[in-house]
This record gives sequence, C-alpha cells and structure tokens, in this order.
Amino acid sequence: MSKVWIITKRELASFFDSLIAYVMIVLFLGLSGAFTWLFGSDVFFINQANMQVFFSIAFWSLFFFIPAITMRMIAEENKAGTIELLITKAVTDSQIVWGKFLACLILVLIALGCTLPYYITISQLGNIDDGAVIGGYLGLILLSASYISIGLFASSITQNQIVAFLAAISIGVFFHILFGVLAGSMRGFFGELFNYLSMSTHFESMSRGVVDSRDLIYFFSIIAVGVLLSQVMLSKRNWQS
Amino acid sequence: MSIVVENLTKKYGEQKAVNDISFEIKTGEVVGFLGPNGAGKSTTMKIITCFMAPSSGDVRLDNDSIHTDPEAIKKKIGYLPENNPIYLDMPVVEYLRFSAEIQGVAKPDIPSRIADMIDRCGLDREKHKNINELSKGYRQRVGLAQAMIHDPEILILDEPTTGLDPNQIVEIRKLIKDLGKEKTVILSSHILSEVEATCDRILIINRGRIVADGTSDTLRSQSQGQELLKISIEASAEEVEKAVRSLATVEKVSAIDGKDGWFNVQSKPEASSRKEIFDLCVKNKWYLMEMTGLETRLEDVFQKLTK
Repeated sequence: MSKVWIITKRELASFFDSLIAYVMIVLFLGLSGAFTWLFGSDVFFINQANMQVFFSIAFWSLFFFIPAITMRMIAEENKAGTIELLITKAVTDSQIVWGKFLACLILVLIALGCTLPYYITISQLGNIDDGAVIGGYLGLILLSASYISIGLFASSITQNQIVAFLAAISIGVFFHILFGVLAGSMRGFFGELFNYLSMSTHFESMSRGVVDSRDLIYFFSIIAVGVLLSQVMLSKRNWQS
Repeated sequence: MSIVVENLTKKYGEQKAVNDISFEIKTGEVVGFLGPNGAGKSTTMKIITCFMAPSSGDVRLDNDSIHTDPEAIKKKIGYLPENNPIYLDMPVVEYLRFSAEIQGVAKPDIPSRIADMIDRCGLDREKHKNINELSKGYRQRVGLAQAMIHDPEILILDEPTTGLDPNQIVEIRKLIKDLGKEKTVILSSHILSEVEATCDRILIINRGRIVADGTSDTLRSQSQGQELLKISIEASAEEVEKAVRSLATVEKVSAIDGKDGWFNVQSKPEASSRKEIFDLCVKNKWYLMEMTGLETRLEDVFQKLTK
C-alpha cells in the first residue's frame, strides 16, 4: 500500500507542478458553474432546490476531462522510457497502475470537492434532498473512477497521448451514450443487457438517491476490468515475442 | 552477492536476442559487457533487472530467482537504463527522494542518503534545479545517483557514458571505478577503451552469445599467441628484410609502407625474435634504431570475435 501511495504522491505533484491540475479544476468549475447557475436550464430556471442540473453537467464534463488527465499517465512513460525505470524499482505492476489510478481519482475528488459551495448555496435556497445529493456525488465519484480505469487502459496501449485520449473517449462513449441508445432501440434480452451496460442508467438512479448493489457492482466491475487490462498491457513486455 | 545467469534465452519472434547465455559474476567484480549494437547486452541487463522475463532460463541472486522473487532482486539492484530515462519535470532532490522511498529506504535515512548521493555525484550546485534544466552530463549523474540511492549491492549501468563530453566521461569512469571497490558492477558499452579502463572482467557478446570472457590481458593473449615486433634498422632495406626473414624464429616480415627501414616482424608461435634481431644487427654492424613489441589491441580482439 505504501508503495502505491509513493507513486500517487509523485503523480499528484506532477499534476500540480505542470498546471494540469489547475487548468482542469478551473475548467471544470467554470463549465459546471456556468451551466448550473447562469445559462440554459439552470437552477433558477427549473426553480427547484436540488443539484440535478449540476450532476447532469458534471456527467458530461467529467466524460471529457478524465481522458485528458489519464492520457499521459502511462503513454508518456512508455514514450520517455521512464517506465523501465519505474518497473525496475522494487514495485509490482499492479502497484504502479493503482498508484496512478489513485492520483487521478484524488485530482477528480479535489475538483468535486470544490463544488461543495454549490450544495451549501442551494441548501440555503430551499429544502434540499440530502440523500439525492450524497447519491449523486457518490455516482459521480464511481463514474469518474470507471472512466479513469478506462483512460489508464487507453494510455497503456500506446506511446502517444493523443491516441490515448481518443481511445479513452471512443471506449467511454459506448458506456456514456451508445449503449443507452442501443437499449432504446432493442427489446428483450439485448435491450436489458445494453440498458445495464449504460452508464447513465446507473448514474441516474444513484443521483436520485437510490444506491443499489447492481449499480455498485456495475461500477466496480468496470474499474476492475480497466485496471486489470492496464496491468496486462504493462506486463506484456514479459511475453512479447 | 553473486549473480548466476543460467541458459538465458530471449526471443523476439524468430530472432533470438539472447541465445543460451550462462555466466556467473562474483561479489565485487566490475564486469563489462562489450559487443556491437544489437548484440543482446541491453536485453540481458533488462532480464537481470526484472524489466522483462526471459523466454527461458533463469537469473539468480544468491537464493532469489527472477521468476519467483522479482521484488527482492529489484531491491538489491541499482539500475541505470540505456539513454538514462528520467522524470524531467521533477527537481533533483525530489526525484532522489522518490527513488529512495520507492526502493524502500527507511524514512529517517532518506535525507542522509540524498545528501550523500548529491555529494558523491557532484550535484551540489544543481540540486534545486528541475532535471530538465540540467545538461546531459548532470542528468547522467542524477541517473547514477538514483541508481545508488538505496545503497544496492549490485549496480547495472547500461552505456553509462554515451553522449558525454570527454571530461565527463573521465569523471563518470572514475566514479564507477570507485564504486567497484565495494560493489558488484555490470556495465555495458561498445567503447573498448572504456571497458578496458574500468572493468576487471570483460564479456564480449555477439549475436546473443558470449564469445569471450576474461580480463583484458587474457583476452589479448588468447587471441595474440604470436609475438609481433616493430623494428627500425639503418641499413639497406632489401638486405635487412632478407636477413631477418632467414632467422629461425621469424615467421613473417613486412615493410611498413611509407617508412624507410621500418618492418613488422611476426615470430613463430611461442618464440621470441628480439635477441636474434639484436645479434643480427651486431653481426652486420647495422644500427638498430628502434624495436617495439606490439600488443594486440582490444579492438583487434573485438573485431576478430564479432565479425
């Protein structure tokens, strides 16, 4: 565990030294803030004291921001050759991947933490359903963790950060909307299957405050598969021939 | 801490980058891997450092095998990979701290280890800079410092002096030689003089196989076998050549191009012609101006073995 944390610390330091963290947080807050408070169907337009507006904005902005954070994680190390340095230290492949995963997750948590004033403000304006807020934040965290693991995998298959970004978006877009669209156009078993695979099904039920084990299993499975595949890609050097 | 490499093979597709290599390195030896580019030096190092698994074969450090205890092995090794990959966005001290932590140096010891490395590698003036502000020579020192930070028993350095200027090369070699007094060092190079200057023992690797193994002296004498002399005699060149050739111990005489009165003389195996040549000169009242024994250069050994 402590090895994971050492890697996480380094990655976080590199986020904050390279301004990636600040740019990401400012953009995320700016975008979600603008649409929550100022434009379109904002809080004042729907005239209800809840955070649904913010959650549906964050649902989309995280989808784009997370690949931007994860794209460099492994791809850059592959390109610079530092992956050789890291692997030959006294760490396992899984510690490396989890360390990077945790660093990305902490950055997202910091960004989400900065939106707590939204909650405080809205709770002053009317009666807010705290369960829905907690469920919504939990949903956002799990959704982010899922996209982080997909992003890490995308980053592990290439040396090129742009490729990693696009690959993460292309895998993510299936979970984000395509499975939902497919579910809408199909009936029976496949309709059910695609509905279950769709991120928004699970996220929406959580942001209404309903935390079901089906949803948790869904998110944790994506995280596990993504992290595992990244490890496999890292270990590929061992049996490459 | 001895390193035992047994029947190591690494295949890339059909090609065998390392082909059934076996050797043993004892504690305190400074061993140089010498070979042309693509001979399998780096691949061998990558396998020893547990960066990649071999197709077959084993590497053992004392009782740990790369297949079963990679963590234990990685802890005992300090590794400087080829081209010195390094986290450019980190300050020197932070980078060394990261390396120390991840190699499991006890927390209270870390500051003193870092100070020691900065001192030993001459990084004092650069320690607060970011690594991307450093010149290549200093980056190389940082690379060495991170490899040694956890005081490993074995140091593996893949082409530690590539891209450095002559002064830096001398400094790095000196550092390696100092290190070799207390640690086992494996370094690779395709620069012969470097290996000769720093290593106790040389392994020449070609096309994935070990083609020679020994000190630079034994390698030379193995491939030499026959004495080679360069002589200069002040007399009629034709006469000299004829007379020298007729000596019983001489196998071959050839005039050196462009230099009048200079000859290369090769003796028969296990014979020396020095005294005979001297006596010959005395007898004919020639002036012997110069007689030098030519050593086979390591370059020649290398070329012969790796052609």
